[in-house]
Amino acid sequence: MHPQEEMRILEKSIEDITAIAQKFNLDFYNMYFEICPADIIYSFGSYGMPTRFSHWTFGKAYHKMKTQYDYNLSRIYEMVINTDPCYAFLLEGNSLVQNKMVIAHVLAHCDFFKNNYYFGRTSRKMVESMSLAADRIRGYEFKYGRDMVESFLDAVIALQENIDTERHINLGGEQDKKDKTKEQTYLRRNCSGGKCRQSKEETLYDDLWDLEKPERDCTCAEAEDEKKKFPKQPDKDLLLFMMNYARDLDDWQRDIISILREEMLYFWPQMQTKIMNEGWATYWHMRIMREMDLTEDEAVEFAKTHAGVVQTSKFQLNPYYLGLKIFENIEKRWDHPTVEEMKRYERPGCQGKQKIFEVRETENDLSFIRNYLTRELIEENDLYLYKKVGYDWKVTDKDWEKVRDGLVANLYNCGLPHIVVEEGDFVKQGELYLRHVHEGEDLDIYYLERTLPHVHRIWGRKVHLETVVDGKKTLFTYNGDKVYKKII
Amino acid sequence: MSGEYTVSREDWSLHRKGEIDRERHREKVREAIKKNLADVVSEESIILSDGRKIVKVPIRSLDEYHFRFDTGKRKHSGQGQGDTKEGDVLGSEQKKSAAPGIGKGAGEEPGVDYYEAEITIDELAQLIFEDLGLPNLQPKKKLELASEAFEFKDIRKKGISSNIDRKRTILEAFKRNARQGQPGFGKISREDLRYKTWDITYKFESNAVILAMMDTSGSMGPYEKYIARSFFFWMTRFLRTKYQNVQIVFLAHHVEAKETTEEEFFTKGASGGTRCSSVYQLALETIAKRYNPQDNNIYAFHFSDGDNLTSDNEKCLKLVNELLQVCNLVGYGEIEGPYYFTSTLRAVYKKIVDPKFTSVGIKSKSDVYPALKTFFNPHPENAVK
Repeated sequence: MHPQEEMRILEKSIEDITAIAQKFNLDFYNMYFEICPADIIYSFGSYGMPTRFSHWTFGKAYHKMKTQYDYNLSRIYEMVINTDPCYAFLLEGNSLVQNKMVIAHVLAHCDFFKNNYYFGRTSRKMVESMSLAADRIRGYEFKYGRDMVESFLDAVIALQENIDTERHINLGGEQDKKDKTKEQTYLRRNCSGGKCRQSKEETLYDDLWDLEKPERDCTCAEAEDEKKKFPKQPDKDLLLFMMNYARDLDDWQRDIISILREEMLYFWPQMQTKIMNEGWATYWHMRIMREMDLTEDEAVEFAKTHAGVVQTSKFQLNPYYLGLKIFENIEKRWDHPTVEEMKRYERPGCQGKQKIFEVRETENDLSFIRNYLTRELIEENDLYLYKKVGYDWKVTDKDWEKVRDGLVANLYNCGLPHIVVEEGDFVKQGELYLRHVHEGEDLDIYYLERTLPHVHRIWGRKVHLETVVDGKKTLFTYNGDKVYKKII
Repeated sequence: MSGEYTVSREDWSLHRKGEIDRERHREKVREAIKKNLADVVSEESIILSDGRKIVKVPIRSLDEYHFRFDTGKRKHSGQGQGDTKEGDVLGSEQKKSAAPGIGKGAGEEPGVDYYEAEITIDELAQLIFEDLGLPNLQPKKKLELASEAFEFKDIRKKGISSNIDRKRTILEAFKRNARQGQPGFGKISREDLRYKTWDITYKFESNAVILAMMDTSGSMGPYEKYIARSFFFWMTRFLRTKYQNVQIVFLAHHVEAKETTEEEFFTKGASGGTRCSSVYQLALETIAKRYNPQDNNIYAFHFSDGDNLTSDNEKCLKLVNELLQVCNLVGYGEIEGPYYFTSTLRAVYKKIVDPKFTSVGIKSKSDVYPALKTFFNPHPENAVK
């Protein structure tokens, strides 16, 4: 078929699909579709964004994805970006039916981006921001050398997940202000010879410092304050903390930390709503495709592609499948509540659609699973937990509550350990003391020992991490040369 | 409600970022391999690759480290076909064989995500052989081992279009235009074309013969054999890639020695006691019969665990000295197994002072690469002793 003719047909389909989606009350931004060759889609996929900065880790991801595509092991049909207008990239080789399905899928993703609470604080101009950031990083490479910038990026990337997306709720800006004053005292003490030394004598000659000191420079309140911890409360935002308080960083380095932090804040909601977002899009591409006039061949092709998307695996849950099943289950239960549900929860029935729209607005994966993954769903779909026992991967739990709680536990903090800055001036030497908030799961020690040097690279001084290993409280310390381990 | 849309199809051919970063990653892989050659050289998957062209090399330095949970201790979730029960086994990690230093197995199970670089054996060989060469190579009389080489050194007006010499062609075009009174660059005409053409030259390499000797006695366990095998694997590859006409003679021995084929040499096991002198005797005979030291550069390498019949040691010493008379280099590699021998062959060889004699002790797999470097040091006089 002539390319122009092909384009015309595609445009017609988009028009139809958009009309159906609107009839279903999906609410999305204006759409910008772009047809891309495979290697471009895969490069976007590995960077997370077309305009992102350059780094070998993206090259590694790209290589992996591209190889899988070349060997026909996996296929990305589309890539959609949370922006306004919303960018969606369609794979060049898609058939018309595949494109129809993908367009329907993408519209639902866009509806999700626009309406889900957790995306409320994401920047919708991220394509431009990332492009500008990439230019700045490129500039730093020219100015300071590629290796220098690359190795700093390596360090920041190692810690990019250690941010606090709920900072606006947890701290409300209060913390920052207090830390700033504290920081000033801290810097003053270290830089100008310690005006507050009288509060604690460290050597025999400490009183010499007092000769310089004007009378009663330090108020008691200040001295009191100093004994307190810095930061005041444990701070989960390692990147922000280090960006503000690491002493030996240059401006370009602080800029890089800030860039990566902003980008992670942007990506985090997507990590946080993977099951819901994919489930929602799958739910809608099915409903929309049902409304389309498909030929017999097209219907079969659609069925095949759809089946590929919702294929399950014994080693991991398929978010497309699980999300779809939960949304369908919610719809069913709110459309046709049981007698008990009617009585106890005053659920009148016929509210299925209304309910799923409410869920897509207010929940994230963790609460979605916690609130809506029912016993019925777990048992029907044969969900389980498994674990490594010796050399075997063995099923450990089939009980529905345990399975649900296990899933919830794994979703907490996007499945990443919760680590906080406990002390930014440890032993008054400006050392960084991190603490892993242990909730029953041990850290990967091999990884930990290789991540600490990255923390040190940014902080510039000795760094500590407190965690629990096999039930014993353990402190790992990296001094710039070696990692030491000590049971405390 | 919105609902406007645009569809477009742009030219993406200039979007190279993915490829550029991919290349940078590849570069880092090569760097990492180079730093880890000692470990890579004796990697089982390579030595036992059986002619596969591409091998996988685990590179842990390119893992993207971050704080994460221990996947081995963690509970994961999955979905069955409807009849899964507690205690069902979903899969097993393959128990890797005896060779130490190999990490977790591979598979689709979670947690196995360290990076394995794919690299061709040739590419790897290039990295390994970069600083290797044959030491003490002497020009010999007989020039039978000529290697062919192609050299582009002629320019002609006719030729194959893939061999067009662009610079000269453009230069001719300039000249012609100038001659015609229109200086500057115009159209290139047929008469301007210049082609590079090659000549075949014969490069006469000195003849080299390698005597690969290995102890296959009972005390050489699978580990010791593996070490020797890794060494000879790279040695033969190295010689065949770098020198076109090297002959390699394989001699295996326990109490008696015999010449074997390459395949037998690496695969066949033997048992019994050890008398190293037998193989030296055979080596000397082979040299006398087939390779005149006047015409050949002869290199002899012997691998053993050093557990020789004590009464035989003196004879060995004598024969090694004889070998040194006819060889450019005699190398002895002793694989130090789990047992400790008080009087090993290596201790006996300490008496040899000839600079053409080199001996190394190999304690672990990672010592194979240093051994290669010691034996194939093209400038032994520069070696740090």
